[in-house]
Amino acid sequence: MLLVPCPHCGPRNASDLSYKGESHARPDPNSATAEEWRSYLYMEDNPAGWLRETWYCRSGCRRFFVLERDTATNEFRNPPVPGAKLGGKA
Amino acid sequence: MTLFQSLRGSMKSNAVSRPPRYSAAGLLVKGVKQESWPRVWRDVPLKKSYDVVIVGGGVHGLATAYYLAANHGITNVAIVDKSYLGSGGSGRNTAIVRSNYLTPEGVAFYDRSLELYNSMAVDLNINVMFSERGHMTLAHTDSALRTMHWRAEVNKLQNIDSSVIDPAEVKKLAPSLDTSSDPRYPILGALYHPPGGTIRHDAVVWGYARAADHLGVEMHQKAEVLDILVEGGDGPDGKGSGGRVTGVRTNRGDISAPIVVNCTAGWATLISDMAGVKLPISTRPLQAAVTEPVKVFLPTVVVSGSLHVYVSQTDRGELVFGASVDPFNTYSVRGSLEFTEELAGHVLELMPGISRMRLLRQWAGLCDMTPDYSPVMGFTPVEGFFCDVGWGTYGFKAGPVSGEQMAECIATQQTPKLIEPFKLSRFSTGELVGEKGAAAVGH
Repeated sequence: MLLVPCPHCGPRNASDLSYKGESHARPDPNSATAEEWRSYLYMEDNPAGWLRETWYCRSGCRRFFVLERDTATNEFRNPPVPGAKLGGKA
Repeated sequence: MTLFQSLRGSMKSNAVSRPPRYSAAGLLVKGVKQESWPRVWRDVPLKKSYDVVIVGGGVHGLATAYYLAANHGITNVAIVDKSYLGSGGSGRNTAIVRSNYLTPEGVAFYDRSLELYNSMAVDLNINVMFSERGHMTLAHTDSALRTMHWRAEVNKLQNIDSSVIDPAEVKKLAPSLDTSSDPRYPILGALYHPPGGTIRHDAVVWGYARAADHLGVEMHQKAEVLDILVEGGDGPDGKGSGGRVTGVRTNRGDISAPIVVNCTAGWATLISDMAGVKLPISTRPLQAAVTEPVKVFLPTVVVSGSLHVYVSQTDRGELVFGASVDPFNTYSVRGSLEFTEELAGHVLELMPGISRMRLLRQWAGLCDMTPDYSPVMGFTPVEGFFCDVGWGTYGFKAGPVSGEQMAECIATQQTPKLIEPFKLSRFSTGELVGEKGAAAVGH
């Protein structure tokens, strides 16, 4: 089981959390073009290496946070950033 | 002369030469004489240039190469793979084929694939062990049953043999299933699809490889693509939108080619990034497991969306289980204990009688998931760079038809009607083809 380091609850089983995908800054809805918006909605970096991603601590503190994980080895690095909003800049 | 004309120029007549057949007599002679078998495909040195380079030697890449040679006479084709042929999803899937999808686009597409699988043994002169044993998708809730009716009606309109059956009929088809009202999620009915079944996935890979080799296609294993050479694009190094492909850089040197095809499934975004093309794809592993062999007792393929599991029995008697994709993106294909625990719980709810069976092994394959559970096929913003990716958990079923349509797309430089709905630009125009209700078990 992957142990996810939640900034509030400490290491927890991945099944206690919900994976929310890559963490990208959301474009400004007032000024974004349709193309920018759809690219934000659908396009992925999907690297085989370090990835900034958002997790939701579903069964614990019920907060969102951003982590960096190596998608090839499933290692985490750097302390997680508490309080970052889903998809937002942390 | 345009690229299109130069490709057409190398076309030959329509009669497709087939590789020699394996026969029982041949097997006997080899057995008695204790002779070794000849190489099935040639091992030739990598040339400096090709008409088409296909990245990825799985069912999709091999089928594309085969149909390029067989249907369009384009034989100066190389397949490069960083590992051995069929080392990815083609050798890791659970070998199930069916065409009972949810959208009319999906149904038409997968039905053509089933047609090609049906005639494959003859076309490729190899025994692919196609077993048309029927495919049953169980419904455990009212809403699931509603989706089954929906699918059945969409299927019937397109002449696909598909209907909703009640628990008594389910019991008749697969007596080992618990159709009582005891389980937490009792079986309320099923979508039954008689033309569905299983096929030996390795034989499909070898069959296409052998037939393509026979027509002159070259296969290069352990040839890893390090970069895709693009010029004239608006991105860094001339890559990206508006550019055109000039070749690929591999660990065995540069190859020049006007057309490069990405058939790399789980690694699709890594290859596309090399050409500066962004894809709406995330890579997730799908785990599967197989039990020890027992006598034949499960005559159909059984799928349960609500319980996230599908089961079929192989010709050797092993039960093959698959599940939904893992809950987060990763390129790691390590198996996990929670997968086997969850799987066992769900399977025993369906078939309590097999509680003493032991698992033999488990494995994982990488799936290239798209947001709408439909593939990404055809042209990209980079001229000469084609994609046949985004196959998620349903790539094996679609192998033959994808190859056929991609070959047509490359040879005619026009998108065939069957794959028009799956173009990459649908994500910027908003014409998504929502296939989640019928393509995956995890929903």
